[in-house]
Amino acid sequence: MTYSTTAIWVIIIGIGLGTYMIRFSFMGALGRARLPEWAMRLLRYTPVAVIPGLIAPMVLWPAATAGEPDPARIAAALAAAVLGVFTKNVVIAVLGGAATLYLMLYLIG
Amino acid sequence: MTAATTKTDFWRGLRDGSPFILAVMPFGLLFGAIATEAGLDFFQVMSMSILVIAGAAQFTALAQMQDAAPVALVIAAALMVNMRMAMYSASLAPHLGAAPLWQRAIAAYILVDNTYAVSISEYERNPDNATAGKIAYYFGSAVPSWVFWYFSTFLGAYLGQSIPPEWALDFAVPIAFIAIFAPLLRTIAHVAAALTSIVVTLILAFLPYSIGLFIAAGLAMVVGAEVERRILRRTL
Repeated sequence: MTYSTTAIWVIIIGIGLGTYMIRFSFMGALGRARLPEWAMRLLRYTPVAVIPGLIAPMVLWPAATAGEPDPARIAAALAAAVLGVFTKNVVIAVLGGAATLYLMLYLIG
Repeated sequence: MTAATTKTDFWRGLRDGSPFILAVMPFGLLFGAIATEAGLDFFQVMSMSILVIAGAAQFTALAQMQDAAPVALVIAAALMVNMRMAMYSASLAPHLGAAPLWQRAIAAYILVDNTYAVSISEYERNPDNATAGKIAYYFGSAVPSWVFWYFSTFLGAYLGQSIPPEWALDFAVPIAFIAIFAPLLRTIAHVAAALTSIVVTLILAFLPYSIGLFIAAGLAMVVGAEVERRILRRTL
């Protein structure tokens, strides 16, 4: 990681303050204001709109292999996704993904 | 509203919030370990968990930092993940809005997915409970996730220093993320949003500093909301 100590603290405090303001918004400062239905609907999709896009490049072009697609990591990601969708269980998805990754790394070397 | 029933509300919340300890622990451990591995010192790792208390946003920041994104884009990406909390805040406001300001200030600090999910279903079950009871329940439901988030980050940061590179911990971030979002794919609208996000990010991967991610996420939110609206209209 190539950040100065100051930059790291700006990041930590910036995210902390920003997140608090988002959380406090309607509960506190904005008091009795209400979000319109379309805004609530849009916000409902933030996690599912950000997270897949964030991880897709990490899965296809991992930094650990200098950006070369790696079958072990792709298989592990698929295993975690399938287990997560079907079991709805975060812990099972993590363990299944990790097991697949280690098994594949062991088999392919 | 007597003090005794308020107390009962707190304990009921605590009981309903406790199962989330199992969900919080692995992510706190992982965050502590990976952040330490990535080069943050112990004090920085703990500060992040204490100031932010939001797993997905913290992992997002780490991922952006490992990608050497500019500071402003690291913060923007993490805050974007947390925008959903504006929706939580708005939907809790009718129930908690009448509580004293200092209570709402604390309530905002510990507002996480778990607390929101547990509390909002309680308020739907018992809409006529007094504000004091509702906020007592809310605090009770938040305490387990809150305390164990600190504790597990601490443990992860402590253990993380001794994890060898052969463990391929680099890939723990994507796996943890997939595990968080895969169970969220409950409807066609969620699936459509996720696919849009993936496809657009990959197409725009040539843009520097994950700028493509912001465009992709914006489009994906619109797609998700629009698909939901159309499905609702058809079923009405």
